[in-house]
Amino acid sequence: MDKKTIFLVQLFFALLVCSFLVIPVFLSVLAGVTQNFFVGIKSGFTIRWIVEVLNLYTDTIYLSLLIAITCLLLTLIIGIPAAYVLARVGGRISRIIEEIIVLPVAVPGLAIALALIIIYGGFRDFRTSWYFILVGHVLYTLPFMVRSVLAVLSSFNFKELEEGAASLGASFWTRFFTIVLPNAKSGILAGSLMVFTLSIGEFNLTWMLHTPMTKTLPVGLADSYASMRLEVASAYTLIFFIMIIPLLLGMQLLSKDKN
Amino acid sequence: MEKGTTSINLINCGKTFKDGTRALEKINLNIKGGETIVLLGPSGCGKTTLLRIIAGLEEPDYSGQIVFNNENVTNLQIEKRNVGMVFQSYALFPNMNVKENIGYGLKVRKIDKNKIEDRVSEMLNMMHIDELSSRKIDQLSGGQRQRVALARAIAVRPRVLLLDEPLTALDAILRDRLRVEIDSLLRSLGITTIYVTHDQSEAMALGDRIVVMSNGQISQIGTPRNIYYNPENEFVADFIGTVNRISGNNLKNLTSFEGQELLFRPEDIDIVEKKYSHLTGVVKASFFLGEKTRLIVNYNSTEQISVEGKFKEEYKIGSEIFLKINLDTLIQLPN
Repeated sequence: MDKKTIFLVQLFFALLVCSFLVIPVFLSVLAGVTQNFFVGIKSGFTIRWIVEVLNLYTDTIYLSLLIAITCLLLTLIIGIPAAYVLARVGGRISRIIEEIIVLPVAVPGLAIALALIIIYGGFRDFRTSWYFILVGHVLYTLPFMVRSVLAVLSSFNFKELEEGAASLGASFWTRFFTIVLPNAKSGILAGSLMVFTLSIGEFNLTWMLHTPMTKTLPVGLADSYASMRLEVASAYTLIFFIMIIPLLLGMQLLSKDKN
Repeated sequence: MEKGTTSINLINCGKTFKDGTRALEKINLNIKGGETIVLLGPSGCGKTTLLRIIAGLEEPDYSGQIVFNNENVTNLQIEKRNVGMVFQSYALFPNMNVKENIGYGLKVRKIDKNKIEDRVSEMLNMMHIDELSSRKIDQLSGGQRQRVALARAIAVRPRVLLLDEPLTALDAILRDRLRVEIDSLLRSLGITTIYVTHDQSEAMALGDRIVVMSNGQISQIGTPRNIYYNPENEFVADFIGTVNRISGNNLKNLTSFEGQELLFRPEDIDIVEKKYSHLTGVVKASFFLGEKTRLIVNYNSTEQISVEGKFKEEYKIGSEIFLKINLDTLIQLPN
């Protein structure tokens, strides 16, 4: 086969895979704006379902965003110093600590949720507030932040850079903010991207931790699929997309900027 | 630069690391203001540890003291010691360009922006890197990084300049050129400088005095000439330059050295006519080095010495030569 044929075959295969992934998404989006999906497109387009979802779930959308942003802030505040200290100390102890932090990723979300409920379920006010979900999200997403910051810190000799800055008169905090953080930016951005996306899309944990008053987007989605018309659920998916894709693109662009 | 120079006094400075390794025995060292001191020794001899103690990056063991002029700086952290430091890998900040790197120390000191600008361009000019001012660090060559690192260290007008193997990462030609530049720079600044290296020719060229170190101890302190011609012990004799050892029993026409070992440099043994010779040897290897030829000569079946060939002469391997030791310049080790 000559080069061109190989290219065409590869292109065909790639398109096939893409369509396999994209068609369900496209259909789902289509369903969200169709009058009656079982009748088909000829029933006409509408934004009725979207409006309905917005009426029903605006609070859920806000709560999801609130939890994701707070979760991101907390993982930044906890994760960056944690990664910094782990990278500084080094050796076996920090590797063991790193493994412990990563544990929640390996343990099923349901098990973590169960553990949280067993320990803190008795604190009624806490149990029924969105903070309860937040704790689960932080536990679950923290390793992603710590890992990616740790990876970027070990990719450059930050100890020597810090020594250089110190010799020039920079105090610890000056060093941290002017040398360590800017040079770890790509890892912090990558970690933030992961944390935010994971928090918005997290279902396992959240499903166990939520109460009827504290619902996040994926839980609401499951809810609408279970209890409402297919079109409403599809409109819900559409809104989910519209929210998450610009966020993802934005963060991706930011991290590309750096390189 | 600063008018008054800073003398450094190290008193009982030893260093034991947390894992129990003894990197440095208790050392006393007096460095005069404006002097360039070279810490020379093989890797692991403690020279970098000593430099880091002076810098404030390591604390000396209990009872160790570091005094700058009359000020005890032992408990002063590095950021308050006002030292300029150049690291082996330069430690330039990749998130800043050349100008920002050089101005960093001044910015940290909250100096007026216009003044920073002036000083930075003065530094760029001094190091002949004006055209690099807005380059990113990863766009610089090794030699350029070296210059930026030096400029950055000098820009804050430190009391003491500390250089940790600054030329090791460069190739030979660049190393020679920068060595000359650093030498004239240090002379024009007149700043107290401590320079760490394992390269003896670098040490000889730059140092007012050389501190030869081995196994965490000072082997000898002296001017380059002093150390080369009057080494105080075997380690220094062997580490600086090449030294030949020969037993007096092997020498003809010389009875006064029987039972003694003679130490001398390759340039202190001459190729002569047979009748004047102390020693007959066979050329085993010959290295033409341009300005001279270095011969490895076997003087009996097994033992060999290094000899300098005569100007422009070629020596065939296996040929016999006659050697005369210059007895005035024998190296005498105390005891």
